[in-house]
Amino acid sequence: MNLAELQKKLIAAARLQTPDERVPYAFEKRITALIAARKAADQWLFWTRGLWRAAAACVAVACFFGAVSLFTPKTVENTNDLSQDFENTLLASADLPDTSPTP
Amino acid sequence: MEERSEAELIAAVLKGDAASFEPLVAKYSPRVFATARRYARRESEIEDICQEVWLKAFDKLKTFRGEAPFEHWLMRMAVRTCYDFLRGHQRNRISSFSEISEPEEDWLERFVAEPGNAAEDADAAKLLIDRVLEKLSPEARLVIQLLEIEDRSVKDIAALTGWSVPLVKVRAFRARGEMKKILARITQEKYL
Repeated sequence: MNLAELQKKLIAAARLQTPDERVPYAFEKRITALIAARKAADQWLFWTRGLWRAAAACVAVACFFGAVSLFTPKTVENTNDLSQDFENTLLASADLPDTSPTP
Repeated sequence: MEERSEAELIAAVLKGDAASFEPLVAKYSPRVFATARRYARRESEIEDICQEVWLKAFDKLKTFRGEAPFEHWLMRMAVRTCYDFLRGHQRNRISSFSEISEPEEDWLERFVAEPGNAAEDADAAKLLIDRVLEKLSPEARLVIQLLEIEDRSVKDIAALTGWSVPLVKVRAFRARGEMKKILARITQEKYL
């Protein structure tokens, strides 16, 4: 069989087919409504996207500092526990000698 | 009410007046639908493609510089959306041709007996070419459609698809080969 001839015939058949230009009723209204609906959704999208990005950044920072604190070798001075350090800082002013002039 | 020009409508849309997009949709939808109908068969799929074309057009309207007519810019978008559709729906491409209908088979038999007697305007020929086009890869189908059926130039196709001119030529060469292979398969299944 002559395939080239068959191909030519079928291409000619396809050329004779003119595609239908029919548009569904009120299609343009549907598109405008979709655009309007998307616009309203977009405002929420702006906030949710922003908040998710902020959350991701916070997690990244927390992970970084967590890793730093985990892998930093402890120095000798840091042997006190956190509660002790906290208490010392809080009561530092009370521990200072009273230097106010006596009347 | 005085009818606004296309440029005025586009400028209004870009300023935030989405309602001005409606006359553009109404004017160019017949062409968009005709383009979509060349690549999809089901009405629901055709509507989905057209909807996507218009939503993309709205989103990318900022990139329209007005150097070429709006219709050309829109058709580029329509062709690319149709290509994306073809790429997403290539499940049933590699299947047997045993489902060829009786009229198609008769037409093929007429062609085998005497090629001149098989009329290209016969409905069976149209069904057969639709079937063959459906079996082609998305690239091949797009090239055959634009180059052979719509009779567009290689340069035109390059502009429509975003492919380079040499790539269009290479894909056209491969597409013709692919089509021949499919036709060979049909005739082998039926006449060997």
